[in-house]
Amino acid sequence: MNKPIYFDYLATTPTDPRVANKMMKCLSMEGNFGNPASRSHVFGWKAEEAVENARRQVADLINADSREIVWTSGATESDNLAIKGAAYFYKGKGQHILTSSIEHKAVLDSCRQLEREGYEVTYLEPGSDGLITSDLVANGLRDDTILVSIMHANNEIGTVNDIAGIGEVTRAKGIIFHVDAAQSAGKVEIDMEKMKVDLLSLSAHKMYGPKGIGALYVGRKPRIRLQALIHGGGHERGMRSGTLATHQIVGMGEAANIAMEEMDSERDRLISLRERLWSGVKDLEAVQINGDFDQRLPGVLNISFSFVEGESLIMSLKDLAISSGSACTSASLEPSYVLRALGLSDELAHSSLRFSFGRFTTEEDVDLAIEQLVHSVEKLRDLSPLWDMYKDGIDLDSVQWAAH
Amino acid sequence: MAYSDKVLDHYENPRNVGKMDVEKKNVGTGMVGAPACGDVMRLQIQVGDDGVIEDAKFKTYGCGSAIASSSLLTEWVKGKRLDEAEEIKNSQIAEELSLPPVKIHCSVLAEDAIKAAVADLRQKQLED
Repeated sequence: MNKPIYFDYLATTPTDPRVANKMMKCLSMEGNFGNPASRSHVFGWKAEEAVENARRQVADLINADSREIVWTSGATESDNLAIKGAAYFYKGKGQHILTSSIEHKAVLDSCRQLEREGYEVTYLEPGSDGLITSDLVANGLRDDTILVSIMHANNEIGTVNDIAGIGEVTRAKGIIFHVDAAQSAGKVEIDMEKMKVDLLSLSAHKMYGPKGIGALYVGRKPRIRLQALIHGGGHERGMRSGTLATHQIVGMGEAANIAMEEMDSERDRLISLRERLWSGVKDLEAVQINGDFDQRLPGVLNISFSFVEGESLIMSLKDLAISSGSACTSASLEPSYVLRALGLSDELAHSSLRFSFGRFTTEEDVDLAIEQLVHSVEKLRDLSPLWDMYKDGIDLDSVQWAAH
Repeated sequence: MAYSDKVLDHYENPRNVGKMDVEKKNVGTGMVGAPACGDVMRLQIQVGDDGVIEDAKFKTYGCGSAIASSSLLTEWVKGKRLDEAEEIKNSQIAEELSLPPVKIHCSVLAEDAIKAAVADLRQKQLED
């Protein structure tokens, strides 16, 4: 067993060796190194063939037409292109955007930018289960709403929203629906034939592909238009210029292919690992799972251990690589905005850990995590004045704390 | 973030963890911080008849640096008179533990804790 053990698959995943192998064949003189846009020789044709093969693989993963896939540098760029690109193009129809307060920062910050440019944005608050429902969306729509952006799976708590249900609401009103599927693609079923989604962001490195490559699904039925953000050679039908990175694209295609083939067996395995972890720690007093228990990604649990501070807990779990929130925000000392939106107190939000399992996680890994978790939580509670107070029956909310 | 060896040592082997009887006349208790901010320290000192701190205990909810700061503080205050204990500055704690800038507030909290414990003890002695 290699230590520390990686339990942070939502932050990123290792590139699958099968993927890395294919990528390496697209780099050097002997390999498929050509520019896919080169029309005049075989080097270009071969590269283009590899890119188009990968495009079909990614399209297959979400049951889409390969002409609906636009390559980007990752889900952050896909989110930017979808939200700003649609908002700019359809500005004449209206200037209201509906999203949720627990979206990824790539969505939230794109919306903030549009607000600075004069658009209006409504941020829906989830229920305490962390879910954004079709009813919430329906109630948030206005006559001038042009775009709804709701994530498929949340990157901090792993909850999975009913995208098909929300799509029925938006399509009925002819409003564009963007979905950030960076965390769900390859893990749970996504079907563009069944789900009425117009724009869908994908990332390779969350599904055992390389970093630096992603895609945006841009629906053709109905046809969605976007204003490009990056201008240049007119690649990707003008929606995203820049020389296509053959090796990255081939990597994403292969990653999508493997994810699709192994999805069913992998889902069952990860759910059983998740159950195993939870049954190992749930008997500790004052622990809870954040976000709906059932409607969630297979390999993810966000757990609060009351009266223990998250950073010190991570520090004592030296052999486990885990996160106290999303990697994007954990550099700050602020508690997670996602957990706060679920109604967790600052204290409980500070006491929460995100465990995410993946393709290379074993039962032995999870057993070691349970053993160390139980030990660390008990040790830190012995050190915690809040635990003493809880045990003495003092309601912590009744105490006058001096905020600092 | 990399922690210094001294922080790790105090974190792994915290000194003087415990709880004293808050009601005792010769025990001063300082509780500072807030759960919402991610750290709460409870520092207790017990003085002898000669006014010298003969024992100190702490419990801390917080990050490794907060735990280390309070653990170190309990070592430092033992054997000191109250006025000497009050002189301990957060900068001395931060320097001893090589705290990075983002963790300076942990040492500030520790300084607040000893000041609060001394004030609590003085208050009790006045009431006598």
